[in-house]
Amino acid sequence: MATWRVTVSDECIAAACCLGIAPKRFALGDDGRSHPTSDLIEADDAVLDAMISCPMEAIGVHDAQTGEPIER
Amino acid sequence: MAESSSLAEAPVPFPFPPPPSIFHPAPKLKELQHSRPVVQIEFPDGKTAWLVTRYDDVRQVLIDPRFSRAAAASPGMPDTGLGQAAADTILGMDPPEHTRLRRLVAGAFTARRVEALRPRVAKLVDELIDRLLTCAQPADLVENFSLPLPVQVICELLGVPVEDRHVFHEWSDKVLGDISRDPREIQAAFGSLEEYFRRLVAVKRTESADDLITALIAARDDQDRLSEEELVRLCLTLLIAGHETTANQINIFLLNLYEYPEQLERLRDRPETIPQAVEELMRFAQLGASGAGLPRVTTEEVELSGVRIPAGAAVIPAMTAANRDPALIADPDRLDVARPQTAHLGFGAGVHHCLGAQLARMELQEALRGLLSRMPRMELVTPVDELSFKDGMVVRSLRALPVRW
Repeated sequence: MATWRVTVSDECIAAACCLGIAPKRFALGDDGRSHPTSDLIEADDAVLDAMISCPMEAIGVHDAQTGEPIER
Repeated sequence: MAESSSLAEAPVPFPFPPPPSIFHPAPKLKELQHSRPVVQIEFPDGKTAWLVTRYDDVRQVLIDPRFSRAAAASPGMPDTGLGQAAADTILGMDPPEHTRLRRLVAGAFTARRVEALRPRVAKLVDELIDRLLTCAQPADLVENFSLPLPVQVICELLGVPVEDRHVFHEWSDKVLGDISRDPREIQAAFGSLEEYFRRLVAVKRTESADDLITALIAARDDQDRLSEEELVRLCLTLLIAGHETTANQINIFLLNLYEYPEQLERLRDRPETIPQAVEELMRFAQLGASGAGLPRVTTEEVELSGVRIPAGAAVIPAMTAANRDPALIADPDRLDVARPQTAHLGFGAGVHHCLGAQLARMELQEALRGLLSRMPRMELVTPVDELSFKDGMVVRSLRALPVRW
């Protein structure tokens, strides 16, 4: 199974949609922004749902080996 | 932390006595936030719920998946005013059903897509002000500006003929109206909106257009990603949510700025700070009268501020109280448009975070920019306590806002 790299950019406004959609994959940090609970994960569609639902398009999901963005 | 005794105390009757002004939450909310931040309340029909008023707790209720909207939308649970408009739509769903629908529309409301709409919205603001300036004084800002602006924007985005606005606005008003008065009237209005969109979808199926309803029709017909009923209800939810809240928020923002004229002056002097001011106004303004957000129901026992809430209990997050929590910001009951940005809950949080938040922000910014720059001597004709609000609406909805310039 593919390994993905999950990122949250500075665009994050802590709307926290991702925490509701993929609660195991995202958590709010002390800076008030969302962060992935783990940068590298096994492929997980919930993270793509979170990426697409993010109002700021702040979530990035890439193939950890190739660096290619994961398609919706 | 004396909360362990809460269980033994009698539930507090709800709704609370109304606040003395439209500028602050009901005093009881602030009192409870201080003394009993997680407290049982009792509705007139005898239903009970836990009311949550502190910032951290409210935020958790909105984000934590153990607080379910779907369970709260079932019969027998208390209703804070949206009725069917919340129970039978995306507002009454949990992931993964909620996510399936939200994914289909989220792309149309991202910050990037909304920014691309800004020039169009700025132009609409200009045109509305051009026309307003030709009106006899005093003129009604609701009819001539704050309502037509968001109606035009959401109609263009969805692909709804704006000429129909008088028809659907009447139904929309009823759907957001007083649920305790006559539920049949609300059901009838909801049904009329469903029928309107069933017909519109049928027409749009035969045409091609670059709008959100056409994209949703493709998602249904080509990919079977939502049912016909979900399609119709999603459209009506977007139409209602896309204009009632923004229209009234424009009015409420203005009332707040005119109540605190030094803030209005500051904004006139420094219009480049309007985006920051919109965030502070989102935190401060009291769009809803009751202060109660949509209820959730616990899927398991959850502890908040030392209070154990059992599984299956209704929980009501009080966002307006949370936005006035000293834990969020010092001196929370003062409007200060120069404040640093706070993580306010004016658009909620979690999976139900307002889909149109970025669009609303941009419309509010452009509305204020237009009015402050082009009508710098605008005055409100009627004192605030003599203004008339529509009865029993979920959001404070002015009948009219007469202005001179």
